[in-house]
Amino acid sequence: MSEVAVQTSELWSSLRQRTQARIGLGRAGSALPTRHRLELQAAHAAARDAVHSPFEPDVIAAGLAGTPTVRVRSSAPDRLTYLQRPDLGRRLDPTDRAHLPMGEWDAVFVVADGLSSRAVHEHAAAVVRETAARLEDWHLAPVVLAEQARVALGDDVAQAMGAAMVVVLVGERPGMSAADSLGAYLTYRPTPGVTTDADRNCLSNIRPPLGLSYTGAAEKLAGLMTRARQLGLTGVNLKDETDALPG
Amino acid sequence: MSYTSVLGGRHHRFDTLARLLASASPERSGDRLAGLAATSEQERVAARWALADVPLTEFLAEPLIPYETDDVTRLILDTHDAAAFAPVAGLTVGEFREWLLSPGADAGALAALAPGLTPEMVAAVSKLMGNADLVAVARKVRVVTAFRSTIGLPGRLATRLQPNHPTDDPAGVAAALLDGLLLGSGDAVIGINPATDSPKAVRDLLELLDGVIQRYAIPTQSCVLCHVTTSVDLMSRGAPVDLVFQSIAGTQAANASFGVTLGLLDEAYEAALALERGTVGQNVMYFETGQGSALSAGAHHGVDQQTVEARAYAVARRYDPLLVNTVVGFIGPEYLYDGRQILRAALEDHFCGKLLGLPMGLDICYTNHADADDDDIATMLTMLGVAGASFVICTPGGDDIMLNYQSASYHDALYLREVLGLRPAPEFETWLDSIGLLDEKGGIRETTGAAHPLTAIGKELAA
Repeated sequence: MSEVAVQTSELWSSLRQRTQARIGLGRAGSALPTRHRLELQAAHAAARDAVHSPFEPDVIAAGLAGTPTVRVRSSAPDRLTYLQRPDLGRRLDPTDRAHLPMGEWDAVFVVADGLSSRAVHEHAAAVVRETAARLEDWHLAPVVLAEQARVALGDDVAQAMGAAMVVVLVGERPGMSAADSLGAYLTYRPTPGVTTDADRNCLSNIRPPLGLSYTGAAEKLAGLMTRARQLGLTGVNLKDETDALPG
Repeated sequence: MSYTSVLGGRHHRFDTLARLLASASPERSGDRLAGLAATSEQERVAARWALADVPLTEFLAEPLIPYETDDVTRLILDTHDAAAFAPVAGLTVGEFREWLLSPGADAGALAALAPGLTPEMVAAVSKLMGNADLVAVARKVRVVTAFRSTIGLPGRLATRLQPNHPTDDPAGVAAALLDGLLLGSGDAVIGINPATDSPKAVRDLLELLDGVIQRYAIPTQSCVLCHVTTSVDLMSRGAPVDLVFQSIAGTQAANASFGVTLGLLDEAYEAALALERGTVGQNVMYFETGQGSALSAGAHHGVDQQTVEARAYAVARRYDPLLVNTVVGFIGPEYLYDGRQILRAALEDHFCGKLLGLPMGLDICYTNHADADDDDIATMLTMLGVAGASFVICTPGGDDIMLNYQSASYHDALYLREVLGLRPAPEFETWLDSIGLLDEKGGIRETTGAAHPLTAIGKELAA
């Protein structure tokens, strides 16, 4: 490389320390160099595959090693409908609703594919295990594995099972830098159609090693659940006291 | 009043004007989600036959959302200019389409007509127009606005440089700013979506951008896209606010969901004007809109998403904005499912905004759960370039790491300027030349970066 080219390369590599943005990519005429065009396509492909890869409840059940599970579908019959009709992804399939066991459950965990099956396959079982381990005296319902499901499907599940609280672990919308990010939404005594996002508490970016760890997520979740039970609420009036919540 | 037509051996009836408009709309997922879409392709075309016969005056007589309960309806009807409307007052929607496409509807005629048109009229006629019609008419309209640069002149395409950072880190923002400037971007605005709406964080970003603009004498304007109330607060404390930003929508209730009223916007507009920070003009407002926002807020009143979107432009034009762009495709596949629907919406929004007299630009974008990719960006960009869009939003490599979506890249803008012979805003072009970034043909010189004076921005802030 020429001296100027070396300087340029050094400048951009130092600037890239400060941002993940795709800067200093160079040019091929007006367009991106081939390498950067293919890198962008690779990131997009990973995100698209995460959105469209099928949910495999067996993977989660195996990761839960003996914890009872029950499988449900939302009212969205397929991925194409699911993506266009969020309302259907929030409602249980009526047949599956009837199979949910009623009980005096303190809480129910719902593992929902959301927008990234990959995220729940990789992270959800570990978060359930580590959180449940911190809730020894709790009467926990079987873990519900929900396909074509959005966060608010948990409201329907909690009501159908008589659970006091629901934790939905859901695959977040994939970005170009992360396609496997898991979110957790905690809601106390939800009512389908009435409960809004303001009534929930959220942890996002559960994605070790780059994002929140399983232990970190479990401690925050168990802490929030304990206080939610004491106060009888979730949402904007329930603060995470372990540290400041992101977002 | 109901509307009828006969098609395919069937009698079709549409009970209200809102139902007729919704049924006549080109297919999109958002209208289906709202339960407003035509139930068959034949019904859709039947609705268009019926719509073609509706007189334009009907939209003045039959508000889609009641005058008494919605301040956007009141704004539309109270500011309607009957004299400007006169040349087309006797036309039906179908005849209006043909009038718009005729040679007589030239730049001067269309500019004079704008105050006489309502959002509902332009939305209605757009539903009878093909994509090519939307391009052909929009490209005849020029809307010129100015602050430190002049936007919307013939043969020009401006860009918003969007150096977003997930934590508003000043060094990260500066690095992305440098990248965009070296690729000739930023003549419409250097605009940051902040990670938080905290006045301190917003002010820090404003000071950073203002410092760079002043130090390098860049003829452009900055904007940190915070809530309008934050801007008002910051202006009262002397922060360097060039443009006041706000997301707006087409109904009072949807604006309320954004925490916005017309009164608040009036107050912000007056405060920004009083600062007199523009040099070549005093257009001080910047608005973003997007199909689906009213439905998303449960505030669409049974009106289809494209017509509600056009009503947002009535709010925008009250404030003589420097820039307005639709963020088409950002909201997700439940509103615009794929590249085809996003393209259609982009052309509609640009057409409607321009006919209503707005300096219309676009954020041509998609999220990863929509069925779209960078080829759709290229298609949309090319059509909107031909249609004469005032500006487009550009991001590093087309990937916004703060908002987590894909938009056009700085490279895409270079492509568009190259293939269509479009140039930057004149003041900005002169500045680019003065710092050695223009080549002999007026294109952006491929710089080696390190040897360039602007790299001081990066070096200082990354240090």
